[in-house]
Amino acid sequence: MSEGSRKRAAHFDPLHVGWPLWVVSGSAIIFLIAPVLLLIPMSLGSAEIIEFPPSQIGLDQYRKFFSHPAWQSAVLNSLQVSAMTAVFSTFLGVMASLGLVWGRFRGKGLINAFIISPMIVPIIVMALAFYISLAKLGLIGTKLGLVLAYTPLTLPFSVLPISATLRGFDRSLENAARILGASRFQTFARITFPIIRPGILTGAIFAFMIAFDEVVIALFICGTTAVTLPKKMWDVIRYEIEPMLPAISTMLFLLAIIILVLVGFLQQRIARRMTGR
Amino acid sequence: MEVMTEYINSDKGASASLWHRQGFRQFMLVVPALLALILLFAIPISSVLLKSIFDPDFTLKHYVYFFKTPLYSRVLWITFQISILSTLSALIVGYPIAYVLRRAKPGIRNFFLLAITLSFMISLLVRNYSWIIVLQRNGVINTVLSTLGLIDSPLRLLHNRFGVMVGMTHIFVPYIVFPIYSVMMGVDLNLEKAAQNLGASRWQTFWRVSFPLSLPGIGAGALLVFIMALGFFITPALLGGRKEQMLSNLIQIQIVDLLNWPFASAMSVILLIATLIVFSVYNRYLGLERLWGGVKK
Repeated sequence: MSEGSRKRAAHFDPLHVGWPLWVVSGSAIIFLIAPVLLLIPMSLGSAEIIEFPPSQIGLDQYRKFFSHPAWQSAVLNSLQVSAMTAVFSTFLGVMASLGLVWGRFRGKGLINAFIISPMIVPIIVMALAFYISLAKLGLIGTKLGLVLAYTPLTLPFSVLPISATLRGFDRSLENAARILGASRFQTFARITFPIIRPGILTGAIFAFMIAFDEVVIALFICGTTAVTLPKKMWDVIRYEIEPMLPAISTMLFLLAIIILVLVGFLQQRIARRMTGR
Repeated sequence: MEVMTEYINSDKGASASLWHRQGFRQFMLVVPALLALILLFAIPISSVLLKSIFDPDFTLKHYVYFFKTPLYSRVLWITFQISILSTLSALIVGYPIAYVLRRAKPGIRNFFLLAITLSFMISLLVRNYSWIIVLQRNGVINTVLSTLGLIDSPLRLLHNRFGVMVGMTHIFVPYIVFPIYSVMMGVDLNLEKAAQNLGASRWQTFWRVSFPLSLPGIGAGALLVFIMALGFFITPALLGGRKEQMLSNLIQIQIVDLLNWPFASAMSVILLIATLIVFSVYNRYLGLERLWGGVKK
């Protein structure tokens, strides 16, 4: 080994990141976040066209959005459909996770794979499948139709956080409750449920968000009578110039931040409960 | 008779019967989800399969038509091409982020992770729309460049291959970063120190030690993204032109505009099979658990 390389080895720090790499990774982060951040100033423009930079500053677009009946009904439809989906998906997900994580029966692996399989099927294939089936049932253009389609779609995303939480749950707590005379139901309601609740809420939030943002299935199922927010946004992005869109996007961006904070908070609660503090 | 004795035996052995009953009870908890999935997922998907081969009698003509018509073979090829290219470009953008994340101080690491997770959580439509605002004729890039006097006429950045690649890369990067980052976190950095001690340069250390050790993460992320890309619909529809329409987009046109459900069904089955083939590779080498284990931070 030469004197130079020995010196280099002594100073070598694996944690060192050279400036070119900082530039590359920093630009990548900017690439990820800047376009969406740009929408915030754009949303403050008052003109009838979308311009960069906006010539007049104001909250006109937000005002217009909140007084527009078609957009209001789209938001309302989306909220109802997503909430119903989250309820169904969480209810099924909690039961299935309890059975799959704690049960010993044959075919468990297969059932597990079946439950997460909607994650893998291309969304357009699901959309066509629901379109054919719901048309037969006369459920095109109904909120019920959308909820029925979104339930299998969101089920994997509610099962995953719930079963992850269950796997970290110490079952000796249940035994202790049972020994102290609690019934099976009491044990679940007073011990198990409160401890796994953050995981259940995380699953419900995921299910809600996926349903709230889903557009491809909505294109087929919404019809003209159950138009959701993403479907309405899609129509506007594709076929019109709508100066309200940056404002709507900004509000969805804020929603993402709220969800992120909420999920982060729940994750912390899960971690704390699992370590028993 | 055998069943009978087994039943009696299990009834006598208290623990065995409890196990047995417990297993049954817990299976019953899974039943509602199973029923929902059969009714709302398995049956609808099967009806697509049936629609593609019965019209009204058994026929494979829709599949024959698909593979015989140059237009559709070309779309299948474009679908694979865009999927491969967007996976590669997401790797190129995502890998340096994961590499730096592994080595950054907690403050910067948390900032990076926050930015990636936030980008991941924002509505897909909003992310695609933001690229329209940035890339369109009178969009942010063209406005800035022409104000600086760098261009005379606006660049065509939207409704072409470039627009689709930018939009898809933007969506896929988080799916690439998380698995690579989680694999890198499990690698002991002292290995790099050892390589350096043995006389390797920084470059050699990376290519001979760090990079090979991160390959499982690259494989997991790339396959996951490739699976997602094959069925992508929103970005090619919003940011692509006529030449960037993928299989999903053609299926939609067949359903909505041409009302040709049997042919749309055949195309859906082809897309589904292509996806399942890639997925079986994923499952074979990485296991199903990776699908969620690798993506979480």
